[in-house]
Amino acid sequence: MLQVSIYRYNPEADGAPRMEDFQVDTGGKDLMVLDVLEMIKADQDTSVTYRRSCREGVCGSDGLNINGKNGLACITPLSEAVKNNKLTIRPLPGLPVIRDLVVDMSLFYAQYEKVQPYLQNNTPAPAIERLQTPEDRAKLDGLYECILCACCSTSCPSFWWNPDRFIGPAGLLQAYRFLADSRDSATDDRLAKLDDPFSVFRCHGIQNCVNVCPKGLNPTKAIGHIRTMLLNRAT
Amino acid sequence: MVTQVTSFSRSGLSDWLIQRVTSLILLSYFLCIAGTLVAGVDYASWHAMHQTTGMRIFTLLAVLSLAAHAWIGLWAVYTDYLTERMLGPWGNSLRRICQLGTVFLLIIYVLWVIQVIWR
Ligand code: SF4
Ligand code: SF4
Ligand code: FES
Repeated sequence: MLQVSIYRYNPEADGAPRMEDFQVDTGGKDLMVLDVLEMIKADQDTSVTYRRSCREGVCGSDGLNINGKNGLACITPLSEAVKNNKLTIRPLPGLPVIRDLVVDMSLFYAQYEKVQPYLQNNTPAPAIERLQTPEDRAKLDGLYECILCACCSTSCPSFWWNPDRFIGPAGLLQAYRFLADSRDSATDDRLAKLDDPFSVFRCHGIQNCVNVCPKGLNPTKAIGHIRTMLLNRAT
Repeated sequence: MVTQVTSFSRSGLSDWLIQRVTSLILLSYFLCIAGTLVAGVDYASWHAMHQTTGMRIFTLLAVLSLAAHAWIGLWAVYTDYLTERMLGPWGNSLRRICQLGTVFLLIIYVLWVIQVIWR
Protein backbone atom coordinates (compact mmCIF):
# COMPACT_ATOMS: atom_id res chain seq x y z
CA MET A 1 0.00 0.00 0.00
CA LEU A 2 1.31 3.39 -0.98
CA GLN A 3 1.11 6.04 1.73
CA VAL A 4 -0.27 9.24 0.22
CA SER A 5 -0.42 12.49 2.14
CA ILE A 6 -2.47 15.27 0.58
CA TYR A 7 -2.73 18.94 1.52
CA ARG A 8 -6.34 19.77 2.37
CA TYR A 9 -7.70 23.26 2.82
CA ASN A 10 -11.08 24.83 2.32
CA PRO A 11 -10.61 28.48 3.31
CA GLU A 12 -14.37 28.94 3.81
CA ALA A 13 -14.74 26.10 6.31
CA ASP A 14 -11.31 25.22 7.73
CA GLY A 15 -9.41 27.35 10.18
CA ALA A 16 -6.07 26.08 8.93
CA PRO A 17 -4.70 23.74 6.25
CA ARG A 18 -4.00 20.13 7.22
CA MET A 19 -2.44 17.04 5.68
CA GLU A 20 -4.72 14.05 5.13
CA ASP A 21 -3.37 10.52 4.74
CA PHE A 22 -4.66 7.93 2.28
CA GLN A 23 -3.62 4.37 1.49
CA VAL A 24 -3.61 3.45 -2.17
CA ASP A 25 -3.17 0.04 -3.73
CA THR A 26 -1.26 0.65 -6.94
CA GLY A 27 -1.24 -3.02 -7.84
CA GLY A 28 2.53 -2.80 -8.14
CA LYS A 29 2.23 -0.67 -11.27
CA ASP A 30 4.37 2.42 -11.93
CA LEU A 31 1.42 4.80 -12.22
CA MET A 32 1.60 8.52 -12.71
CA VAL A 33 0.98 10.73 -9.67
CA LEU A 34 -2.23 11.99 -11.30
CA ASP A 35 -3.53 8.39 -11.54
CA VAL A 36 -3.13 8.07 -7.79
CA LEU A 37 -5.06 11.30 -7.23
CA GLU A 38 -7.83 10.08 -9.55
CA MET A 39 -8.02 6.78 -7.64
CA ILE A 40 -8.35 8.60 -4.33
CA LYS A 41 -11.02 10.91 -5.71
CA ALA A 42 -12.98 8.03 -7.26
CA ASP A 43 -12.75 5.49 -4.43
CA GLN A 44 -12.04 7.28 -1.16
CA ASP A 45 -12.90 10.96 -1.04
CA THR A 46 -14.69 12.77 -3.83
CA SER A 47 -14.00 16.14 -2.24
CA VAL A 48 -10.24 16.06 -2.95
CA THR A 49 -9.82 19.02 -5.28
CA TYR A 50 -7.21 19.55 -7.98
CA ARG A 51 -6.96 20.78 -11.57
CA ARG A 52 -6.32 18.47 -14.48
CA SER A 53 -7.28 18.32 -18.10
CA CYS A 54 -5.13 16.70 -20.77
CA ARG A 55 -3.41 14.11 -18.50
CA GLU A 56 -0.46 14.02 -20.91
CA GLY A 57 1.72 17.02 -20.06
CA VAL A 58 0.26 19.39 -22.63
CA CYS A 59 -2.24 21.67 -20.87
CA GLY A 60 -0.18 22.63 -17.83
CA SER A 61 -3.07 22.56 -15.38
CA ASP A 62 -1.84 19.97 -12.85
CA GLY A 63 1.36 21.61 -11.67
CA LEU A 64 1.78 20.40 -8.07
CA ASN A 65 4.42 20.14 -5.41
CA ILE A 66 5.18 16.41 -5.39
CA ASN A 67 7.39 15.18 -2.56
CA GLY A 68 8.87 18.64 -2.36
CA LYS A 69 9.51 19.17 -6.07
CA ASN A 70 7.23 21.01 -8.48
CA GLY A 71 6.07 19.02 -11.47
CA LEU A 72 3.11 17.93 -13.55
CA ALA A 73 1.26 15.12 -11.78
CA CYS A 74 0.22 13.53 -15.06
CA ILE A 75 3.75 12.91 -16.35
CA THR A 76 5.53 12.29 -13.04
CA PRO A 77 5.79 8.51 -12.52
CA LEU A 78 5.66 7.15 -8.99
CA SER A 79 9.08 5.57 -9.51
CA GLU A 80 10.51 9.07 -9.87
CA ALA A 81 8.63 10.73 -7.02
CA VAL A 82 8.00 8.20 -4.25
CA LYS A 83 10.55 7.90 -1.46
CA ASN A 84 10.20 5.26 1.29
CA ASN A 85 6.77 4.30 -0.02
CA LYS A 86 5.50 7.81 0.76
CA LEU A 87 3.99 10.37 -1.59
CA THR A 88 3.30 13.89 -0.33
CA ILE A 89 1.30 16.21 -2.55
CA ARG A 90 0.95 19.91 -1.89
CA PRO A 91 -0.22 22.85 -4.01
CA LEU A 92 2.35 24.93 -5.89
CA PRO A 93 4.16 27.05 -3.26
CA GLY A 94 3.84 30.80 -2.95
CA LEU A 95 0.38 31.32 -4.43
CA PRO A 96 -2.88 31.67 -2.46
CA VAL A 97 -4.78 28.39 -2.08
CA ILE A 98 -8.36 28.39 -3.35
CA ARG A 99 -9.06 24.84 -2.24
CA ASP A 100 -6.85 21.81 -1.53
CA LEU A 101 -4.40 21.59 -4.46
CA VAL A 102 -5.94 24.42 -6.48
CA VAL A 103 -4.09 27.74 -6.32
CA ASP A 104 -5.04 31.22 -7.47
CA MET A 105 -2.82 31.92 -10.48
CA SER A 106 -3.79 35.61 -10.86
CA LEU A 107 -0.37 36.92 -9.82
CA PHE A 108 1.32 34.52 -12.22
CA TYR A 109 -0.88 35.56 -15.16
CA ALA A 110 -0.52 39.25 -14.29
CA GLN A 111 3.24 38.87 -14.74
CA TYR A 112 2.71 37.03 -18.01
CA GLU A 113 0.46 39.83 -19.22
CA LYS A 114 3.16 42.40 -18.43
CA VAL A 115 5.54 41.05 -21.06
CA GLN A 116 2.92 41.56 -23.80
CA PRO A 117 3.12 37.99 -25.06
CA TYR A 118 2.01 38.64 -28.60
CA LEU A 119 3.69 39.69 -31.82
CA GLN A 120 3.99 43.43 -32.33
CA ASN A 121 4.90 44.79 -35.72
CA ASN A 122 3.95 48.22 -36.99
CA THR A 123 5.21 47.79 -40.55
CA PRO A 124 2.47 47.30 -43.21
CA ALA A 125 1.29 43.71 -43.25
CA PRO A 126 2.48 41.80 -46.33
CA ALA A 127 -0.03 40.04 -48.59
CA ILE A 128 1.21 36.68 -47.32
CA GLU A 129 2.60 35.67 -43.92
CA ARG A 130 5.57 37.45 -42.39
CA LEU A 131 8.27 35.01 -43.37
CA GLN A 132 11.21 33.88 -41.24
CA THR A 133 14.42 32.19 -42.29
CA PRO A 134 14.85 28.72 -40.79
CA GLU A 135 17.72 30.17 -38.72
CA ASP A 136 15.49 32.89 -37.26
CA ARG A 137 12.77 30.35 -36.59
CA ALA A 138 15.27 28.15 -34.77
CA LYS A 139 15.87 30.96 -32.25
CA LEU A 140 12.39 30.33 -30.86
CA ASP A 141 13.12 26.70 -30.02
CA GLY A 142 13.27 26.12 -26.29
CA LEU A 143 11.02 29.14 -25.76
CA TYR A 144 7.70 28.59 -27.52
CA GLU A 145 7.18 25.15 -25.92
CA CYS A 146 6.27 26.64 -22.53
CA ILE A 147 2.81 25.54 -21.34
CA LEU A 148 2.56 28.08 -18.50
CA CYS A 149 2.23 25.42 -15.83
CA ALA A 150 3.90 27.78 -13.28
CA CYS A 151 6.12 25.01 -11.89
CA CYS A 152 9.16 27.24 -12.47
CA SER A 153 7.91 30.56 -11.09
CA THR A 154 6.45 28.94 -7.97
CA SER A 155 9.78 27.25 -7.22
CA CYS A 156 11.69 30.53 -7.50
CA PRO A 157 12.44 32.25 -4.15
CA SER A 158 12.64 35.63 -5.86
CA PHE A 159 9.11 35.09 -7.15
CA TRP A 160 7.90 34.04 -3.68
CA TRP A 161 9.19 37.28 -2.15
CA ASN A 162 8.13 39.66 -4.92
CA PRO A 163 5.42 38.01 -7.02
CA ASP A 164 3.94 41.42 -7.81
CA ARG A 165 7.16 42.93 -9.17
CA PHE A 166 9.52 40.20 -10.34
CA ILE A 167 8.18 38.80 -13.60
CA GLY A 168 9.46 35.35 -12.76
CA PRO A 169 11.03 32.67 -14.93
CA ALA A 170 7.88 31.75 -16.91
CA GLY A 171 7.08 35.35 -17.83
CA LEU A 172 10.71 36.12 -18.65
CA LEU A 173 11.04 33.07 -20.86
CA GLN A 174 8.07 34.41 -22.84
CA ALA A 175 9.51 37.94 -22.78
CA TYR A 176 12.59 36.56 -24.48
CA ARG A 177 10.50 34.49 -26.88
CA PHE A 178 9.21 37.78 -28.35
CA LEU A 179 12.50 39.65 -28.02
CA ALA A 180 14.11 36.88 -30.07
CA ASP A 181 11.41 36.85 -32.75
CA SER A 182 12.67 38.36 -36.05
CA ARG A 183 9.10 39.38 -36.93
CA ASP A 184 8.61 41.51 -33.83
CA SER A 185 9.50 45.20 -34.09
CA ALA A 186 8.79 46.30 -30.52
CA THR A 187 12.15 45.09 -29.17
CA ASP A 188 13.29 48.45 -27.83
CA ASP A 189 9.98 49.15 -26.17
CA ARG A 190 9.96 45.70 -24.60
CA LEU A 191 13.48 46.14 -23.25
CA ALA A 192 12.70 49.59 -21.84
CA LYS A 193 9.91 48.04 -19.76
CA LEU A 194 12.29 45.47 -18.27
CA ASP A 195 15.05 47.79 -17.06
CA ASP A 196 13.77 48.45 -13.51
CA PRO A 197 15.44 46.74 -10.50
CA PHE A 198 12.66 44.16 -10.07
CA SER A 199 11.28 42.81 -13.36
CA VAL A 200 14.40 40.97 -14.55
CA PHE A 201 17.14 41.75 -12.07
CA ARG A 202 15.55 39.98 -9.11
CA CYS A 203 16.77 36.79 -10.74
CA HIS A 204 19.84 35.70 -8.81
CA GLY A 205 20.55 32.69 -10.96
CA ILE A 206 19.44 30.12 -8.38
CA GLN A 207 18.24 27.89 -11.24
CA ASN A 208 15.37 26.25 -9.35
CA CYS A 209 13.33 27.04 -12.45
CA VAL A 210 15.57 24.99 -14.74
CA ASN A 211 15.53 22.17 -12.24
CA VAL A 212 11.75 21.73 -12.30
CA CYS A 213 10.55 22.65 -15.80
CA PRO A 214 8.61 19.59 -17.02
CA LYS A 215 9.26 20.66 -20.59
CA GLY A 216 13.02 20.77 -20.06
CA LEU A 217 13.19 24.50 -20.82
CA ASN A 218 15.83 26.84 -19.44
CA PRO A 219 14.45 30.16 -18.16
CA THR A 220 17.80 31.12 -16.58
CA LYS A 221 19.46 31.05 -19.98
CA ALA A 222 16.68 33.19 -21.47
CA ILE A 223 17.06 35.65 -18.58
CA GLY A 224 20.80 35.81 -19.34
CA HIS A 225 19.99 36.67 -22.97
CA ILE A 226 17.60 39.43 -21.85
CA ARG A 227 20.34 40.86 -19.61
CA THR A 228 22.78 40.86 -22.53
CA MET A 229 20.22 42.61 -24.74
CA LEU A 230 19.64 45.24 -22.04
CA LEU A 231 23.39 45.71 -21.75
CA ASN A 232 23.87 46.07 -25.50
CA ARG A 233 21.00 48.51 -25.69
CA ALA A 234 22.44 50.69 -22.93
CA THR A 235 26.12 50.73 -23.86
CA MET B 1 4.68 49.08 -0.62
CA VAL B 2 8.11 48.29 -1.97
CA THR B 3 9.25 50.78 -4.56
CA GLN B 4 12.49 51.28 -6.42
CA VAL B 5 13.01 54.88 -5.31
CA THR B 6 15.55 53.77 -2.72
CA SER B 7 17.50 51.52 -5.11
CA PHE B 8 20.98 52.76 -5.93
CA SER B 9 20.47 53.88 -9.52
CA ARG B 10 16.78 53.10 -10.07
CA SER B 11 17.79 51.02 -13.06
CA GLY B 12 18.13 47.29 -12.63
CA LEU B 13 20.79 47.18 -15.31
CA SER B 14 22.90 49.95 -13.77
CA ASP B 15 22.64 48.42 -10.31
CA TRP B 16 23.66 45.09 -11.74
CA LEU B 17 26.61 46.58 -13.65
CA ILE B 18 27.77 48.67 -10.67
CA GLN B 19 27.57 45.54 -8.53
CA ARG B 20 29.93 43.73 -10.92
CA VAL B 21 32.38 46.59 -11.40
CA THR B 22 32.62 47.37 -7.68
CA SER B 23 33.21 43.71 -6.90
CA LEU B 24 36.19 43.75 -9.29
CA ILE B 25 37.60 46.88 -7.65
CA LEU B 26 37.14 45.36 -4.19
CA LEU B 27 38.74 42.12 -5.27
CA SER B 28 41.81 43.86 -6.69
CA TYR B 29 42.10 46.05 -3.59
CA PHE B 30 41.98 43.12 -1.21
CA LEU B 31 44.45 41.17 -3.33
CA CYS B 32 46.79 44.18 -3.28
CA ILE B 33 46.49 44.50 0.52
CA ALA B 34 46.82 40.77 1.06
CA GLY B 35 49.87 40.68 -1.23
CA THR B 36 51.51 43.48 0.72
CA LEU B 37 50.82 41.79 4.04
CA VAL B 38 52.12 38.44 2.84
CA ALA B 39 55.27 40.08 1.49
CA GLY B 40 55.82 41.44 5.02
CA VAL B 41 55.40 45.00 6.27
CA ASP B 42 56.41 47.04 9.27
CA TYR B 43 54.71 50.20 10.43
CA ALA B 44 57.02 52.51 8.49
CA SER B 45 56.60 50.81 5.12
CA TRP B 46 52.84 50.37 5.63
CA HIS B 47 52.53 54.06 6.50
CA ALA B 48 54.68 55.12 3.57
CA MET B 49 52.64 53.01 1.18
CA HIS B 50 49.40 54.65 2.27
CA GLN B 51 50.94 58.12 1.97
CA THR B 52 51.25 57.85 -1.80
CA THR B 53 48.56 59.54 -3.87
CA GLY B 54 48.00 56.39 -5.91
CA MET B 55 47.29 54.29 -2.85
CA ARG B 56 45.04 56.95 -1.37
CA ILE B 57 42.96 57.06 -4.51
CA PHE B 58 42.87 53.26 -4.61
CA THR B 59 41.69 53.09 -1.00
CA LEU B 60 39.07 55.78 -1.60
CA LEU B 61 37.87 53.92 -4.68
CA ALA B 62 37.68 50.72 -2.66
CA VAL B 63 35.65 52.22 0.16
CA LEU B 64 33.27 53.93 -2.27
CA SER B 65 32.87 50.61 -4.07
CA LEU B 66 32.22 48.93 -0.76
CA ALA B 67 29.50 51.44 0.06
CA ALA B 68 27.79 51.09 -3.34
CA HIS B 69 28.15 47.31 -3.37
CA ALA B 70 26.80 46.96 0.15
CA TRP B 71 23.89 49.28 -0.55
CA ILE B 72 22.80 47.44 -3.69
CA GLY B 73 23.15 44.05 -2.04
CA LEU B 74 21.40 44.98 1.19
CA TRP B 75 18.67 46.85 -0.68
CA ALA B 76 17.83 43.61 -2.47
CA VAL B 77 17.84 41.67 0.81
CA TYR B 78 15.67 44.24 2.59
CA THR B 79 13.14 44.43 -0.25
CA ASP B 80 12.95 40.62 -0.33
CA TYR B 81 12.45 39.91 3.36
CA LEU B 82 11.49 43.12 5.18
CA THR B 83 8.22 43.75 3.38
CA GLU B 84 4.54 44.02 4.11
CA ARG B 85 4.04 40.70 2.32
CA MET B 86 6.46 38.94 4.64
CA LEU B 87 5.93 40.69 7.96
CA GLY B 88 2.67 42.60 7.78
CA PRO B 89 2.45 46.42 8.07
CA TRP B 90 5.40 46.39 10.48
CA GLY B 91 7.59 45.22 7.57
CA ASN B 92 7.55 48.61 5.89
CA SER B 93 8.70 50.48 9.00
CA LEU B 94 11.34 47.90 9.75
CA ARG B 95 12.68 48.09 6.19
CA ARG B 96 12.91 51.88 6.33
CA ILE B 97 14.68 51.78 9.67
CA CYS B 98 17.19 49.25 8.31
CA GLN B 99 17.73 51.25 5.13
CA LEU B 100 18.30 54.43 7.09
CA GLY B 101 20.68 52.67 9.47
CA THR B 102 22.61 51.20 6.56
CA VAL B 103 22.96 54.54 4.78
CA PHE B 104 24.21 56.16 7.98
CA LEU B 105 26.72 53.43 8.61
CA LEU B 106 28.04 53.49 5.04
CA ILE B 107 28.43 57.28 5.04
CA ILE B 108 30.28 57.06 8.34
CA TYR B 109 32.59 54.40 6.90
CA VAL B 110 33.41 56.51 3.85
CA LEU B 111 34.07 59.68 5.88
CA TRP B 112 36.09 57.74 8.41
CA VAL B 113 38.30 56.16 5.75
CA ILE B 114 38.86 59.57 4.14
CA GLN B 115 39.86 60.96 7.51
CA VAL B 116 42.24 58.07 8.19
CA ILE B 117 44.06 58.08 4.85
CA TRP B 118 44.46 61.85 4.61
CA ARG B 119 45.70 62.28 8.12
S1 SF4 C 1 9.03 27.37 -18.41
FE1 SF4 C 1 8.57 25.22 -17.99
S2 SF4 C 1 8.02 25.18 -15.82
FE2 SF4 C 1 7.90 27.29 -16.47
S3 SF4 C 1 5.76 27.60 -17.00
FE3 SF4 C 1 6.85 27.06 -18.88
S4 SF4 C 1 6.66 24.85 -19.06
FE4 SF4 C 1 6.10 25.38 -16.96
S1 SF4 D 1 17.36 31.31 -11.99
FE1 SF4 D 1 16.29 33.22 -11.62
S2 SF4 D 1 14.24 32.86 -12.31
FE2 SF4 D 1 15.19 30.84 -12.11
S3 SF4 D 1 14.64 30.18 -10.04
FE3 SF4 D 1 16.55 31.27 -9.92
S4 SF4 D 1 16.09 33.40 -9.40
FE4 SF4 D 1 14.24 32.37 -10.14
S1 FES E 1 -3.22 17.33 -16.95
FE1 FES E 1 -2.54 18.59 -18.59
S2 FES E 1 -0.44 18.84 -18.11
FE2 FES E 1 -1.09 17.42 -16.61
